[in-house]
Amino acid sequence: MTKEECKQIVLDIIAEIAPDEDLSDVKPDVRLRDQLELDSMDFLDIVMELRKQHGIEVPEDDYPQLATLDSCAEYLTPKFNAVNA
Amino acid sequence: MELSRIVITGVGLTASNGDSLPEFRRNLLDGVARIENMEIRYMGRIHAGVCHYDARRHQGRKEIRNGTRAGSIAIYCSREAVADAGVAWNGRETERVGVYLGITEHGNVETENEIYNISQYNYDTRFWTHHHNPRTVANNPAGEVTMNMGVRGPHYTIGAACAAGNAGLIQAVQMLRLGEVDLALAGGVSESIRSFGIFAGFRSQGALAHHEDPNRASRPFDKARNGIVVSEGGAVYTLERLEDARARGARIYGEIVGYHLNSDAADAVLPHAERQAQCMRRALASANLEPTDVDIVSSHATATPQGDIQECIALREVFENCPRTYINNTKSFIGHAMGAAGALELAGNLPAFEDRQAHPTINVDDLDESCAMPNLVLNRSVALDRAEVILNNSFGMLGINSCLVVKKFADD
Repeated sequence: MTKEECKQIVLDIIAEIAPDEDLSDVKPDVRLRDQLELDSMDFLDIVMELRKQHGIEVPEDDYPQLATLDSCAEYLTPKFNAVNA
Repeated sequence: MELSRIVITGVGLTASNGDSLPEFRRNLLDGVARIENMEIRYMGRIHAGVCHYDARRHQGRKEIRNGTRAGSIAIYCSREAVADAGVAWNGRETERVGVYLGITEHGNVETENEIYNISQYNYDTRFWTHHHNPRTVANNPAGEVTMNMGVRGPHYTIGAACAAGNAGLIQAVQMLRLGEVDLALAGGVSESIRSFGIFAGFRSQGALAHHEDPNRASRPFDKARNGIVVSEGGAVYTLERLEDARARGARIYGEIVGYHLNSDAADAVLPHAERQAQCMRRALASANLEPTDVDIVSSHATATPQGDIQECIALREVFENCPRTYINNTKSFIGHAMGAAGALELAGNLPAFEDRQAHPTINVDDLDESCAMPNLVLNRSVALDRAEVILNNSFGMLGINSCLVVKKFADD
């Protein structure tokens, strides 16, 4: 999986949990919370959907890694590749 | 002590046969029931009263997804009530607004859903949602209203089984009279049809209705009645002290002039005619009224074989010599909306102050002689000479009885 594919998966999850958000112009290097209306419960939803849909665990200490799309891709892509290996 | 007079100035509601008071009233006067067969988890297709209000009118999609059905119903009804009351909302100071909603139960729906959810993951509780606790706290439906509408005053729910709709209104009357709030959003809500447990429980109790035509399944007082049709719904009122309503030139639907709550202290599920009669008498006494002053009694009857008979014994005793008192029932149209029942049934009758009609109880093909009494409004609406006082009965499990007395507003 490429980092771009990983970003799309994260965006797809956000589209499910926050259906009213406009995701057409999400800046990959800006904190998601600064450009979208996402709160801590929404981030827990992202963690839950990664677990449910993709079998990926994000330990609580690593939650800051989900701050931007870029950091999500950096952190999650190896996990996706490990799960898919 | 001189008690403040409390008036109803706005109504918001959703029932299976109407999402506004005019639509609901029209269907009640025209005899239009709306009950569906709904797929219930583990049980198959069961009769249910399903609401079709437009949740997106007042909620975003994430809010609907994260919240509860009871919360959504409460938001819809509260927003509609405030709009109906003509209360200017934007920029309003909301610290002296209170939200008091009756519920029969809350949390069963969300807990059942989560147990089903983790069953798909071999009961691994890591898949249990973090939304569970905010969804299932008992104040949830009222709390969702405060978040949606920016209400900063007190909010809580009142658990009173199927007497809860009246209990929510009574709580609001008390808080307004104590001066705790200046505007109350009060009534009752229910999301019960989203829980299989309530259906399964009534079926195990032998109290779940069945009929080949769902619209004919809820039939209080009929000989062939065989139980309850479970429904969702809600009705929320804006209540104000009379002087405040007057000051802003509000339209007044009616005045809450009396109420009473008591307990059977007997059986968990069987009603108790003597305590019900006592509750009606004390509610009327609190309003300085006699049974002969009552024009419409909105009965609680749920169409269980025993429950209807008990209420009819109580009604016959209290209204023995009251030739101008008419008795009807709203559950025959919309089923039993549980925590919303009392509030919705009052709403269904409230327009009688203006149109002087008593809506009927429908589906009575063969009146059970144990339920026979004078002036039972059967199958067709009745035009009244006088429509000034409504007695709203609402009774619930564990022997909780509630009666509310509402009077046509007179500026005296």
